[in-house]
Amino acid sequence: MSLDTILASGASIAAIFSALMVVWQRSAVISALFLVLNLGSVAILFLTLGGEFLAAVQVLVYAGAIMVLFLFVIMLLNPAPLKERFASGPVVTGLTFALGVLFFASLMRGVMSLAGAGGTMASVGESYGSTRSVGELLFTAYLYPFELAGVLLLVAMVGAVVLARRQAPGED
Amino acid sequence: MDAAMLKEIGEIVVRMLIIFTAVFTGVGYMTLVERRVSAWMQDRLGPNRVGPQGLLQPLADGLKHLMKEDVTPPGAHRMVFILAPIMVLIPAVLSFAVIPIAGDAINLQDLGLPWDWQIKPFIADVSVGLLILLGLASLEVYGVVLAGWSSGSKYPAMGALRSTAQMISYELALGLAILPVVLTTGSLRLQTIAEAQAGTWFGFVPHWNVFIHPFGFLFLLISIFAENKRLPFDLPEAEPELVAGYHTEYSAMKFVMFYMTEYSAMIANAALMVTLFFGGWQVPGLVLPQPWMFLVQAGAFAAKTFFFLFLFVWVRWTLPRFRYDQLMNLGWKVLLELAFINLLVVAMLVAAGVM
Amino acid sequence: MPLVSYISLSAVLFVIGVMGVLLKRNVLTIFMSIELMLNAVNVALAAFARHHGGLDGQIFVFFVMAVAAAEAAVGLAIFIAIFRLKQTTDVTEINLMRW
Repeated sequence: MSLDTILASGASIAAIFSALMVVWQRSAVISALFLVLNLGSVAILFLTLGGEFLAAVQVLVYAGAIMVLFLFVIMLLNPAPLKERFASGPVVTGLTFALGVLFFASLMRGVMSLAGAGGTMASVGESYGSTRSVGELLFTAYLYPFELAGVLLLVAMVGAVVLARRQAPGED
Repeated sequence: MDAAMLKEIGEIVVRMLIIFTAVFTGVGYMTLVERRVSAWMQDRLGPNRVGPQGLLQPLADGLKHLMKEDVTPPGAHRMVFILAPIMVLIPAVLSFAVIPIAGDAINLQDLGLPWDWQIKPFIADVSVGLLILLGLASLEVYGVVLAGWSSGSKYPAMGALRSTAQMISYELALGLAILPVVLTTGSLRLQTIAEAQAGTWFGFVPHWNVFIHPFGFLFLLISIFAENKRLPFDLPEAEPELVAGYHTEYSAMKFVMFYMTEYSAMIANAALMVTLFFGGWQVPGLVLPQPWMFLVQAGAFAAKTFFFLFLFVWVRWTLPRFRYDQLMNLGWKVLLELAFINLLVVAMLVAAGVM
Repeated sequence: MPLVSYISLSAVLFVIGVMGVLLKRNVLTIFMSIELMLNAVNVALAAFARHHGGLDGQIFVFFVMAVAAAEAAVGLAIFIAIFRLKQTTDVTEINLMRW
């Protein structure tokens, strides 16, 4: 087994475990912590896939900004932990689980067709996934989507400010 | 295990030993420097009883905190309460892994040691080192939030809310202040950035980024003061309002871990400023045979870093504390815009081929 | 790891995310489950990018991250607004289209 395989397997186990814990935990703060662990393991998976810049951005944007925002809001609201683990009674929950298993089985049917010769990784050069190569592609072939993403973020920022703002006295 | 593998592991262990020993000694002695320098500025003596000039004071402090009672408040979330100090300390210490302390690797045989090991001047050679540093800095927020949340008491919660808001706000300005350097150097690897600052102008002005990007440096300096929660921006732990902020409920070794985090983050940020804007380990015009070159460069790096650490202490006893709304206004309405304009101007100059 | 392991992992994470959205009661956790699903898709995109030896898949991950950031900002702002009105994060309590 190569180092990459060990790293990827470990990260996969951590990712699945933390994802399960996100759903299982009652407290939103603990869930958020496990989600951070999940994002970290996915960053390691990106590393094993040759996405060096991608992994750094994953930590910087997802773990460093989005999840901090989550925790900040959870702390700001500080909701009392809910008593029930799931929203519905045991029957509906069981049926949902059954549906989930069915959904997973149908997904896996598609995934399994990748096994064997059709699912080998292409061999790539040293510069695969480097900052320069990703940046060049982003600013040439994907320039318009990139700018649109900027506009999207601007709209989201304005929207967030408008939504979360307390109304000043005298406004309706 | 064959000899080649042993050699590789040995090399990694030695460079980790060098850098982390330096960092932890630095952290310990920074507490002493802080107390002695503040005493000097206020015309007092400061701790000078333990050892010559008080040099053993950090050891005494550590021993004292080790033997203190470790209190967990009854309203605390026990597991997260223990996890929080660990989660602040690890990213702060990890950030030293990518900072280069000298130019070329050194061979241990040059120092008269029996092993033929090449010791690189950094622990990890990462091509996105600067992004890693920024990412680790943003991960430090977690420990602070969790410390405030898990203490189950009001002052820590308030302090944690304040410090999270402050750290998120100033992170943006910090990133934008650094970007002009990346633009002109064309690399996110810290060693490449340091190497690009070799040489001089007119034979005496060193080719340091601070002379190319004075505004970038200024913005970085201000945001680092805010990121480290140092005076004049130490509102998260403003003692008249919030007791000690997010670590109010912590005692004994857990408290020490917050303290160590503060100082190691300070040293890391000072080292970052030196690497990005003051030539890192560069000593202009110096050429020496290998073992000496490495030692002098590492010494120069330490001296430059110490200057900024001294600056942190100096500013602490010079400027009064900001109000919280002033702090937020400065971050979002002044610093962020100025950093953006600076980046825009540099980008245009680079595009025009001037830089 | 071969491609099929990465894609299976992605499927597992995605299904866990779906189950979280369907089963949970707390809006914040439901939101986190959506992030889980986005992340599962990111793994698949990066793995397929590596499979084809191109970088386009990785570029898509960036766009997913941008969308996730926008979604988190707006979504959390909505939760703050709802919490101000109803003092709860329980979806079963948030059942009126107007107040």
